[in-house]
Amino acid sequence: MSPHIVPRRVYYRIFATLLALTLVTVGVAFLDLGPLNTIIALTIATGKALLVILFFMHLRYSSVLTWIFAGAGVLWLIHLLLFTSLDYVSRPWFPVTGW
Amino acid sequence: MVHEERSELAEGYVAHQFDDPEQQYEAVTLGMWAFLLTEIMFFGGVFTGYAIYRAAYLEAFIEGSHHLDIWLGGINTAVLIGSSLTMALAVHGAQIGERRAIVRFLLLTMLLGLVFLGIKAVEYGHKFDERIVPGMNFVYEGPQAPHVQLFFGFYFAMTGLHALHMVIGIGLLAVLTWQAWRGRFSAAYYAPVEISGLYWHFVDLVWIFLFPLLYLIGRH
Repeated sequence: MSPHIVPRRVYYRIFATLLALTLVTVGVAFLDLGPLNTIIALTIATGKALLVILFFMHLRYSSVLTWIFAGAGVLWLIHLLLFTSLDYVSRPWFPVTGW
Repeated sequence: MVHEERSELAEGYVAHQFDDPEQQYEAVTLGMWAFLLTEIMFFGGVFTGYAIYRAAYLEAFIEGSHHLDIWLGGINTAVLIGSSLTMALAVHGAQIGERRAIVRFLLLTMLLGLVFLGIKAVEYGHKFDERIVPGMNFVYEGPQAPHVQLFFGFYFAMTGLHALHMVIGIGLLAVLTWQAWRGRFSAAYYAPVEISGLYWHFVDLVWIFLFPLLYLIGRH
């Protein structure tokens, strides 16, 4: 069992980047940018999540099969969010009497 | 004087259904990822519910989020990121067969986890003082009151489920620390440390999304 051993300095750099992104996202929260606030906050969160998954969870150094597993998680999460939201968004388009 | 227990696992034992240590390691890791997929769907359902009700009662959810302490939430985010670093360093210690490093960083990870839970408890305490705990102690004036209560329902459900995962994680790490202390792990066998790390980082991931969704996006 000898997977890729990540040098410790990589972990320190990821940690510093995650902290910096946290400061940025907290800072941006105090500015009124309208809908951009949500978009920026979620983009930063996704970026942080990617760093954690790729480096702390070693996905970057893992097998193709592991990538497929992780990708399946993201895919089904998108299905869950997208199709449920589509349902709610599209209901007013085709009103059903009595609902 | 530490008693070292050299198990056959620590010597790189391969269970009979596997061809080699690499295949065994791959199977263990994939098994954990499969479990984490079920966790993604579990938390995904709550996140979807939150997204839909936030869109439906936007003003109330924004009003509710103003009752959260952005600084305590921010500090907790930093604490949890720090615990992910120490967890990664514990796994690194295992990979190079440094027993003392595993124990040290696992203890640090648990300590940071407890700090997170402590700060969370302080925040929950503030909610009881403000009487904005849905179902138990909710006294709120204004036209948005019912939907602010809904926001806090989500707040307590989401952070509560997350905290429950932290408690389970700390329990797992406590067992690992004991096993590492006893010399159960080596560079040839450390799969439990690796997959508990995956779990710990996953719990960190959930918080990475909870923090902006609950505390930040309604703030300005």
